[in-house]
Amino acid sequence: MRSLVLAAAALLACGSARAADTDPVKVGLIVTLSGPGAVLGQQARDGFNLALAERGGMLGGRKAEVVVVDDQLKPQLAADEAKRLVASDEVEFVVGPIFSNVLGAIFKPVTQAGVILISPNAGSSVYAGKECSPDFFVTSYENNQVHAVLGEYAQQQGYRRAFLMAPNYQAGKDAIAGFKSRFKGEIVEEDFVPLTQVDFQPDLSRIAAAKPDVIFAFMPGGLGVALVKQFRQAGLADQIPFLSAFTVDESTLPAEKDAALGLYGGMTWAPDMDNAANKKFVADFLAAYHYVPGSYAMQAYDAGQAIDAALNKTGGSTADKAKLRAAMRAADFRSPRGPFKFNTNGYPIQDFYLVKAAKRPDGLYETEIVQKVFSSQADSFAQECPLR
Amino acid sequence: MALWLVQALNGIGFGVLLFLIAAGLTLVFGVMDLVNLAHGVQYMLGAYCAVVGAQLTGSFAAALLIAVAGALAGGVILERLVLRPLLGRSHLQQVLGTYGLILLLEEGARAIFGPAPLSLGLPAMLDWSLRLPGGSTYPVYRLFLIGAGLVVALALWLAIDHTRTGMRLRAGAANPVMLSALGVDTGRLFGLVLIAGAVLAGFAGALAAPIVSVEPGMGGAVLILGFVVIVLGGTGSMRGAFLGALLVGLMDTVGRGALSALLGAVLSPAAARQAGPALASMLIYLMMAAVLALRPGGLLPSPARA
Repeated sequence: MRSLVLAAAALLACGSARAADTDPVKVGLIVTLSGPGAVLGQQARDGFNLALAERGGMLGGRKAEVVVVDDQLKPQLAADEAKRLVASDEVEFVVGPIFSNVLGAIFKPVTQAGVILISPNAGSSVYAGKECSPDFFVTSYENNQVHAVLGEYAQQQGYRRAFLMAPNYQAGKDAIAGFKSRFKGEIVEEDFVPLTQVDFQPDLSRIAAAKPDVIFAFMPGGLGVALVKQFRQAGLADQIPFLSAFTVDESTLPAEKDAALGLYGGMTWAPDMDNAANKKFVADFLAAYHYVPGSYAMQAYDAGQAIDAALNKTGGSTADKAKLRAAMRAADFRSPRGPFKFNTNGYPIQDFYLVKAAKRPDGLYETEIVQKVFSSQADSFAQECPLR
Repeated sequence: MALWLVQALNGIGFGVLLFLIAAGLTLVFGVMDLVNLAHGVQYMLGAYCAVVGAQLTGSFAAALLIAVAGALAGGVILERLVLRPLLGRSHLQQVLGTYGLILLLEEGARAIFGPAPLSLGLPAMLDWSLRLPGGSTYPVYRLFLIGAGLVVALALWLAIDHTRTGMRLRAGAANPVMLSALGVDTGRLFGLVLIAGAVLAGFAGALAAPIVSVEPGMGGAVLILGFVVIVLGGTGSMRGAFLGALLVGLMDTVGRGALSALLGAVLSPAAARQAGPALASMLIYLMMAAVLALRPGGLLPSPARA
């Protein structure tokens, strides 16, 4: 009996420790830092750390303590780590992850523990609709939106025949579906390649023979690097407009270099955006980490800014859950992408742009804004979310 | 029709690249019965050395030389520290040991060069494309790749079939104990083979670097294809590796095109779209299974092992 009382006392002590405003605010950062996806996790970690560094290591006036976890792109490992973060590290916020399958693993362990979860990249449609949570926020986008941007642009340009390429797995199928949700022309071919594809030459020969008006490709990571280089070497880059998602961005441009110049992508932001918050973000990031930030870094930076803004509103306290959620929802910070709001489901309402790969005066590569495609766009699942 | 010819050329091009990768693998597996999963990371090592070489010298030719030198140095170190002690052990131990090398070297590359993919540019001389009749184009670098692969194939054939060392290699593959009893230093001979395997892998990596993404995991995909090639051709058989590589290359291009045409003819478009990609990625493995069932020793087994 006595030990039970002691245990209860210890539990109470824990509970009150979590709420104390003078202690450091603890944030768990779950991103992929090993394996092929590590470059994205590195960007996110650096972006988040920059938000902290710009505030002297403080979030909402409290000293911040960040626990960085490498999920190794293993959902089970990520779930265990997420449970550990909320249970024994007693973090007040979790920021992560990069990949949607990892989000599926950590969503419940974090939100059911009543801890705020902020995804700096993964934006599955699953949690935008019926399964939304008041404790879940996304600083990127709902996954389908980026592909829809390119479909919409192709439609606006009046392209009639499109050749679509994606790896043969769920995200690839979603990408093709996202593009087709806006593009109404003829689909010459839906080319699903194995995730381990090395040589794109046969696909490029079919493109050369089919002579489509436009190409849409979703080839993340190394696949994109290989495709872009081979596309340029085959002499097609000057002939057919190349629209892509996650294929030509700051994570792959250092390898694609000149081969990618003039190829298009879709995003909510680009490093050349002309506003004060963005200029500061990009300059500080380059000075601190010596590479051009991509959307992954910008979104994690905004996750840090979102926590800071929320804690500023609550006076640093996370004790009152309703107050904290409302403060998070307010999104009272300046995003480098310009206008930014959280919708009722915790996903952003924001603008989407067509971007283009370009070489900077300093010799580094970046994407640059070409034109706006969607204004203040919310995702199409938000109505299904019961939160108001 | 023109497309089919271009696809056949593509198949040969990819096949030659696969041959460059499989040649070292089959040499090591055939002569010494060593399952070397680290062949893929030796390929990666060559690619990284080429990138570094190009950054240092600005010349593609020098980058290739530096890659070969780097692969040689890496081969010597791995041979001494890891591969030689694994000779004569069970295949399971070899698989575990060389798998450990994959983890170690991939994470090592990530620690040194970072997780972001790197790339190797092409010299202007090779960076243009040929106009083919029928309006399609063909990158000149692919022709260079095919040429380089044929030169390597010829050199290997001469070295294995027409030199004294080659004769000893063939003898060593058939009966190492007898060869040793005849006074040949088999330890040195086998060391040479391991290093040659590493150099071949590194050279393949350097040649592939301008068309693929140079990143820590790059060896994985080609290692699997390399094993398919040597199983198809017959382990230890250089001619088999050449044939197997061309078959895999052609199956991946012409076969895939034929398959989608065939599926389109017999199935509804929606069903063909569903089944096509799945079947296409299985094609080469189905071919391997068929060869294993009909000719378990491979298409052109090495006479020494028959």
